[in-house]
Amino acid sequence: MSAPGAGDGGGRMPDAVISLRDLRKRYGEKEAVRGVDLEVRRGEIFAFLGPNGAGKTTTVEILEGFRRASAGEVRVLGADPWAAPGRWRERIGVVLQESEPEPGLTARECLALYAGYYRAPRPVQETLELVGLAEQGEQRASALSGGQRRRLDVALALIGDPELIFLDEPTTGFDPAARRAAWEVIAGLRALGKTVFLTTHYMEEAERLADCIAVIADGRIVAQGTPQTLGDRQRQAAQISFILPPGTGPGDLPPALAERALDQGGGRVALSGASVARDLHALSGWALERGLELDDLEVRRPTLEDVYLKLTEGS
Amino acid sequence: MVLLPLFSYLLRRWCAPRASAAARGPLALVAHQVRYDLLASFRNPRARFFTFIFPVVLLVILAGVFGSGHTVILGVRVKLARFYVPGILAMSIIAAAYTNLVISLSALRAAGVLKRRRATPVSPAALVAGQALTTLVIALVMSAILLLLGGLAYGVGFSLGALAALACTVIVGTLATAAVGYLVAGLIANPDAAQPVVQLTTLPLYFISSVFIPEASLTPALRDIARVFPVERLADAFQRAALHGSFTAAVSPGDLLVLAIWGAAAATLAARRFSWMPSTAGG
Repeated sequence: MSAPGAGDGGGRMPDAVISLRDLRKRYGEKEAVRGVDLEVRRGEIFAFLGPNGAGKTTTVEILEGFRRASAGEVRVLGADPWAAPGRWRERIGVVLQESEPEPGLTARECLALYAGYYRAPRPVQETLELVGLAEQGEQRASALSGGQRRRLDVALALIGDPELIFLDEPTTGFDPAARRAAWEVIAGLRALGKTVFLTTHYMEEAERLADCIAVIADGRIVAQGTPQTLGDRQRQAAQISFILPPGTGPGDLPPALAERALDQGGGRVALSGASVARDLHALSGWALERGLELDDLEVRRPTLEDVYLKLTEGS
Repeated sequence: MVLLPLFSYLLRRWCAPRASAAARGPLALVAHQVRYDLLASFRNPRARFFTFIFPVVLLVILAGVFGSGHTVILGVRVKLARFYVPGILAMSIIAAAYTNLVISLSALRAAGVLKRRRATPVSPAALVAGQALTTLVIALVMSAILLLLGGLAYGVGFSLGALAALACTVIVGTLATAAVGYLVAGLIANPDAAQPVVQLTTLPLYFISSVFIPEASLTPALRDIARVFPVERLADAFQRAALHGSFTAAVSPGDLLVLAIWGAAAATLAARRFSWMPSTAGG
């Protein structure tokens, strides 16, 4: 699957912040990344999804300049991350999947330490406020709650005022309230004009935040699109499902419906390939005629999670 | 009179809103790192115990209990207190620049802290220089504390020339030991292994290097083995300073050379071996 705008013979989009061409990474015999193409445009939130071991972390570490590609072309902010000079790092911010705070320092001191690493950092106080830690500035970073620590991680990535921010599973292990708070911070990054490269295991997170999603499985990009179009989601038919009234079987349904009915167990029946209005009409007419109730009737399109699970099946 | 404009210039500079450390140049950046590394060290209970409290306690116990006995070091008969002060001094350098450094580097790496620092524009050289200077400041402070304690409580005085020679040894010894620390931290993948590794590599050397046990009680073979390693060279150099009054007699070029060779070799190998990344399988 090719990236948008990549079909013109390798011409790069002018506003591409990240571009990968046939990226490969091998560890000994095993090829962890097997030809990945990606484009991330300026100002978008790009979600990178994939099961563990699919090559996601390797790809992210290559983009961050921590690992060297075995083959292929890698451009991040116009440079090859592996060979990029220290100045290049002025323009990126990294939130690692796992990192503990600087030991012994308060949240404010952590930010002041990192501010010193950049030539033109953001003000410390303003950055604390941006991630909602204005009240916790004087607390030891190690004494902050899990959610607060993660926000401090985001603050540390923002202190250099970067153009591009990598967020590697930023909300793993959060309770729902902390996750929502983190989403606000991430959505706020878009408002600041930042480009965000996000990896996550939570489909809801990708759906809420991302402008564009790519799914990697077994070292290859298996789908790319918006949350609405990923894996042709918008074109997939809705599904009607309900619980059969007591004393009836799938065979009792009108013949046009019965031939498409799938028994899902526990009395639940789903109609595949449904034309929603016509099938619902036929179904409710059938039930009214017999004086039956259709319990737990549902009409739904495949969720992003359904699409994702289908795409990554078997890997 | 000439001082006045200088003073007002410094005052203005001090009060002006300052550019970031990185913008002020590599030296300011190293000083910035030293400041926060020192802050973190002083707030770390483990570092406080191993680098500050433990050597003091050990000196109080050894010099307090056995200090009035006598032994022979480098051919000179001295009170045991004059043997223990340089020995514990050597031990405290190893504790700060090796034991503590290896354990904290391993922990920082496993916690992803080193990787996160490397994700910023700061150069590895600035981070390493900052850590080395921090260790040196700690070693100098610790030496001053031990020397004061030795002088005031146990009458082990040093002449100015001897103190100058001692300072040379502290500087060369700390930097060389820190280089070995970086090398060993680079070889340890699992942070849980750091503690046993540093104990196993230091404890036997303490016992054969005239740190706790006077050389008179050791066999020549053990002393020959010990002389290969930095611990004995540190202790030997400090003992020389404890015995002599003039700088030229108190300084120990042979020991400093061996320490410098250890440091240079370890730094060269560490530059290749040291990793900033936590050891996790690539996904």
